[in-house]
Formats: sequence, C-alpha cells, structure tokens
Amino acid sequence: MSTPELVNPRIDWARLREPKAVGALGIVLGVLAFWLTLPPLKTTTLIWPIFVGILAVACGIWAIARDAKRVGWGAVVAGMLGIVLGVTATHSSRGNLSTAVVWSALIASMLVYATPLTFAGIGGLWSERSGVVNIGLEGMMLTGAFFGIWGADKTGNWVLGLLIAMAAGGGLALIYAFFAIHLRADQIVGGTAINFLALGITGYLFIDIYGSNGTPDLSSGHWLRGESIPDIPISQGSSFLATAFGDLNLMVWISFAVLIITYVIVFRTPLGLRLRSVGEHPRAADTVGISVFRTRYAAVTLSGMLSAMGGAYLSIGFVHSFNQNMTEGRGFIALAALIFGKWRPAGVFAAALLFGFSSALAQRLGTIPNWASYAVLFQALPYVLTLIAVAGVIGRSIPPAADGQPYTKQ
Amino acid sequence: MSDDERREHAAEEKQAETVEPRTGGDYAPSVAERLAFYQRAGGLVTPLMTAALAFLIGGVVVLASGSNPISTYQAIFNGTGLNWLFPWVSGATRATAAINLQQTLLLTTPLILCGLAVAFAFRCGMFNIGGEGQYLVGSIMAVWIGSSFLKMNGPLHIVLAIVVAAVAGGIYAGIAGFLKATVGAHEVISTIMLNWIAYWVGSWLFQLGGPLQSHAQGASVPVSNDIATNAHLHVFWGDPVLQGLHIGLFIALAGLVVYWLTLNRTTVGYQVRAVGFNPEAARYGGISVARNYFRAMAIAGAFAGLAGAVDILGWEFRLDVNDIQASNIGFIAIAVALLGRNTAIGVFFSALLFGALLNGTSTRNLDPTIFRPDLAGNLTLIIQGLVVLFVGADVLVLWIWNQRRKLRLRRASPTAGAVAAP
Repeated sequence: MSTPELVNPRIDWARLREPKAVGALGIVLGVLAFWLTLPPLKTTTLIWPIFVGILAVACGIWAIARDAKRVGWGAVVAGMLGIVLGVTATHSSRGNLSTAVVWSALIASMLVYATPLTFAGIGGLWSERSGVVNIGLEGMMLTGAFFGIWGADKTGNWVLGLLIAMAAGGGLALIYAFFAIHLRADQIVGGTAINFLALGITGYLFIDIYGSNGTPDLSSGHWLRGESIPDIPISQGSSFLATAFGDLNLMVWISFAVLIITYVIVFRTPLGLRLRSVGEHPRAADTVGISVFRTRYAAVTLSGMLSAMGGAYLSIGFVHSFNQNMTEGRGFIALAALIFGKWRPAGVFAAALLFGFSSALAQRLGTIPNWASYAVLFQALPYVLTLIAVAGVIGRSIPPAADGQPYTKQ
Repeated sequence: MSDDERREHAAEEKQAETVEPRTGGDYAPSVAERLAFYQRAGGLVTPLMTAALAFLIGGVVVLASGSNPISTYQAIFNGTGLNWLFPWVSGATRATAAINLQQTLLLTTPLILCGLAVAFAFRCGMFNIGGEGQYLVGSIMAVWIGSSFLKMNGPLHIVLAIVVAAVAGGIYAGIAGFLKATVGAHEVISTIMLNWIAYWVGSWLFQLGGPLQSHAQGASVPVSNDIATNAHLHVFWGDPVLQGLHIGLFIALAGLVVYWLTLNRTTVGYQVRAVGFNPEAARYGGISVARNYFRAMAIAGAFAGLAGAVDILGWEFRLDVNDIQASNIGFIAIAVALLGRNTAIGVFFSALLFGALLNGTSTRNLDPTIFRPDLAGNLTLIIQGLVVLFVGADVLVLWIWNQRRKLRLRRASPTAGAVAAP
C-alpha cells in the first residue's frame, strides 16, 4: 500500500490495540477497581470493583495470549487484587464478612469450576491444533460424565470409572474422527450430531439403568459400591493458602499436570511440531512424510478422552451424581475458552480460570440478598467476552490455518 | 486512503485468507458442491435413506433394551395422530387422533420456521447454529409486547408482537452476520455464544426478582405475566382451552412460500444463493458478499424470531425460566434443515417428521405398556443425532464416487495409481 500511514486513521487504533497497550489498560483498570472504593468515590456496592476488575483480567489474558506476557500478567494480578481489595474495602466498611475466608474459598471454588473447562479446553486444543474443529466437546464431556459414574458404580472403583469414561469419550471421538477425517463430512455438522447423540445416548442409558431408582448419588448411599474421586488433603489450616489449595480434588491437580504436559508436547517437542504443521498446512506436512490422517485421528481421540475426563470430574469428583444434560453448556464454555485463549495452553487455562471465577462469583453472589438476581447474568459473561474477542474489538482470535478443512491425499 | 480503497484492501485480505488453506488441491466439498451433487443424485432418495437408516439404528437401540421395535414405532406413530389421515380410522380413535394431530402440528409450526432460519443461512453458505437464541429472543419480545399493552386492539396487538419479535430475532442474528461481514468472525462461534447469552439473559429476566417476572402469584414463581387474551392467535381446529391448533400454522406455511419466493424469484435471493455457491465468483460478479452475509443472517433470524412469537401467541401465552432452559426447538431445526436439504418443501416434510416424533414420544401420547416414554424422548434425540450424522455422510457417497473415478484413472494409467486411498 502506497498511502502514507499517518493519513490512515486506523493506524492509531491499531497502536491502541497493541497487546502492551491493552495490558497497560488492564493494569490501570485493576488499580481503578480498588480506587473506586476509596474516598472520594467510596462505592459501596460490590458490582463496580468486580466488574472493572474482571475487565482488567480480560485485558490481561488478551495481552498474554498475544505475547505481551509481563504486562499481561501484571494486568491479571492487578485485576484480581483490585477485586479482592475493592471488595474487602466495601465489606470492611460494612463489617459483615470475614473476607480472607471468603476469598480463599472463592479461589478454591474457582478452581473447582475451572477444572472441567480446562480438561475440555485442552482437549479442544489438541483437536483444533491438528486441524479438526471440535464442536462436539460438549457431547464428549457428557459421555464422560455418564460413563464415569456408571463405571465407578459397576466396578466400585473410581480409577476404573475414570478409565471407562475416557474409553467412552475416546470412542465417541473416534466416530466423529471417522466422519470428519475419512468421510470429509462437514465438521460443524458432525460435531452437532455428536452433541445430539451424546445427549440421547447418555439420557437413554441413564433412564434405562437408573431411571426408576432416581438420581444415583454417591453421598446419599444410593450406590452400594460407588466411590468418588478423592480430595487431596494437603493442609487443614484456616490460613488463606490452606483454604484455597488445602483440600482440592485430585482431578484439579491432574488438570494442572495435563496442562503442563500439553504445553511441553505441543510446543516443545518434534511431535508437537508435527501436530501443529498438520493443523497449519497439511499438504506441506504430508510432503515431508507426516501422516495427516494418523495425526488427526490421534489428536481427535485424545481430545475426546480429555473432554471425558472433564466430564467424569463433574460427575464423580464434584457433583457425585448424574442427571440428564448435566454438562449444561460447559463444553461450549470450554470451546469459548479455547478461542479466547487463542489456541494456546496458557491462554486456555487463564480463560478457564476467568470463566470459572465468574461461575464461582455467580454462586457466591447468589447468597448475598441484594445481588442474588444478578448472579444469573454472570453466567453469560464467558460468552459475552468470547463474542467480543472473536469480534476483534479487543483483537482477533485467529485459528490454525487448516482448522476445519478436510484433507485429501494426492 | 479512501473508503473504497480500504474496502478493496480488506476484501483482498479476506480473499487471501479464505482461499489460502484450499490451495494445493485440497479436496473439501463446499456447501455448493454438495448441493450440486444433490441435484444430480436427484429427488428423495438420499434424505429418505438417511431417515430410514436412523430409524433402523433407533430400532436396534429399542431392541437392545428389551422392547419390540415394531410395536414401539407403531405406538409412537399412533401417538402422533397421523393416523387421522387414514379414512378407515373412526369413532373414538379418530377423535383421539385428531387431538394428537393438533399437538403434532403445534410442534411442527415453530420447527418449520426455525428450520427455515437455518436453511436460509445455509443457502448463503453459512451455518446458523443460533436458531435457538433467535427463537428465544423472539419469544421474549413477544411475551413482553403481549403482556404490556393490555388495552390494545387485538389484531393490531398480534401484528405488533409478531413484527417486534421477528425484527428482534433478525437483529440478534444480524450481530453474527455483521461480525462475519466486517471482521470475518466465524458465524458458528458467534451464534453459539449468542445462544447462551440469550439463554442466560432470558433466565435472568423471568427469574425470581427478575425485571419481567410476574407479580401476580405473590412473585414466588419464575414466570412472566400472561399475555393479553385478545392477543391470542385464533384456534381453528380443536378446543382453545385444550391447546387446539392455532392459525400460526398458516403463518409457518406462508413462511415457506415467502422463503421459496425470496430465494427463487427476487434479486435478494439470487444474490444470497450466488454468495452461497461461490463467494469469490459472486464478488467478481459485482455482488457485495459482506452485505449478503449480513442480510441472509438477518432474514434467517427473523424467521426464528417469528417462530418464537407464534409459539407464545399461539399456545404458550407465558414464558418461564424452565421453558427457556429446556427449549431445544432451534437445535432440532438444524436437523430439520439438513434433512430437508434447505428447500421449502423439504423443510416442511422434515419439520412434520420431527414434530410427529417429538409428539409421538411425549409422555402424554406414548402407551407406557409398550415403551417407556421417558426412554422414548431420548430415542428421539438419538434418531435426531443419527440423522444429522448421516446427512453429513453425504460425502460418503461423494467419496465412493471419487474412488470410482480414481479406479478408472488407475486402470487408464497404472503408474498414476500408485497413490492409493488411505
């Protein structure tokens, strides 16, 4: 383009949209979240510090996903601190809540809600990095949730339950892979079909097997041989860290491990390079002798197994029971986290934490009389943020180049 | 840099983006290619086979859980009320069948309109997963208007509610179309997000303490106010008190006609189809692809919003949080549009099929001694999933077709045949 840059009004916007600028904005917002509660403004409602703080965290994640790591993390921390301090300030002025306990509990609760999203989001990352769009995350999660609890019930062992869930999720993913890879079916149509199928199959089996006995519930003794995934008691203290991390479920820690392993394999090993090359330019990958089909089959199956782990965590780790359509759109939030996190493990994790935090906050707000009615609106936050992210208002999320493109050998 | 230049540049960029992954001979049949194939394969064979296969596998599922598939399907069929069409059915059976058929058609009505919403976007090369969200937005607007102006003239009130709902649905879907047209955001992602936003905002509006919650019952039920009685759509078949069939069915049938006319007899439809077949060629022919993406989504959303209004004004009359969270009309509509191959007549018949299936497997209509209705509801979901899966497998046919061609090539020149199918 020959037009001088100065004439183009877009350039100014582009500069404002640079990751560093957005990250800096996030830091400012984080400070603002706290400052709102101080004199002279002295906001007495929770909503403003929380709202501004979440905006700050969103800016931060966006910046991190675009390699402005230092500023980005700064914004995330500033946002979180802004929320914590802001809420502490509003509450200390009211003096009605013991905030340290509340906030550490909120962090624990955030991790609980974020874990299924992390599993499914990382699952989606494997699949989409290999070039197969996975709308069926929701269905694979639901399958994992049902077969996890069914397996734990039949075998009396949560390890076997988890393995059965992974096998079921992987099996469903394999069906999807066959349609998406071999038959070159439209991947959106295929994924939609997987969601319907999973909903129907799990509902059918659930009613056929357990229907007349009501909802199976591990804690109420409905199951004679059932067993949940155990919590890991690290510390029983009442300090901030102990309440936040002292008694988390095993699967939460496993999700951290999965996250790190995924990062190392996908971005630091030849195997990961092959996977990503298949997702970016399958023809080139094929030319150098990488089997596009085999890579994609493996990635999609793995994606189903990981999503199923997230689902199994929901049923036998968190809720301890199953009901029809129990994932309630969590698979789609995971998809949102994947997009919001720009198809990168750290981004996916940060987005899952943010979305988990908004769920935890919604649950928390539900118990505060004046805010209970707004709790439901918080559930919409992940979707609004993702819509904004894909809209490019705060920058575009661009998928792997061959994402959604079927491949044919020549 | 002038506006035009910038637009041109943006178009170039977009073109590069959309074309690049397909270079190098990747074979990915586009929507258009598939449609063309359908035209050649012709007629009813593929959708009928798809449905038959899905029902066959559904029968195996029934058999596996220890019931007789044939008598189960028979019971489901009797529950749909379609036996009313047989002249030899008479007496009490016929009266029951009439009531059942009314219920089936009640469900068919929104399925037709939502099916059109999905189909219209498909014809422009877009996958509108957001039928559900647009339907909800339409319902919410209809309930709001319907319960607001209580003293208004009846027909005027109905028209106002319907128009507002359709426009709201159109705007809501238009967001996705606008994002696709301007920044190239994939419509599947944005419509999924819009679905869930509608779901949660709707739940918020009518929940306890929500802004649109009814205060009639001591504000203890998460439900909206009832719409004005004179805003109800006229019931022309059956008892109005017992959910008879309302004239919304004719609105849906008119929707089918409008759909066909718009696509086949207007400039708008021509442009939409041109973009659907091949956006690059359409752009070369002077059609604004961006404008058509937006327009097609807005029209699609208007169909879905209309469906919401018709349901509210026709038989629901109010909306509660449960209705919103349990609703899946917009998702079934995906199967309707795919099975109906995005044609008006196809959408009608597949909407009737799914409406009948939904009604025939409902707790009220299925004989529990033959098959458990709570299982049957899930059987419907399985059949629906299989239908969508096999519609996607049209490529199976294409694939076999291509294998044949490859074989022929191999026979012609043995050296070229070295690249075997994986």
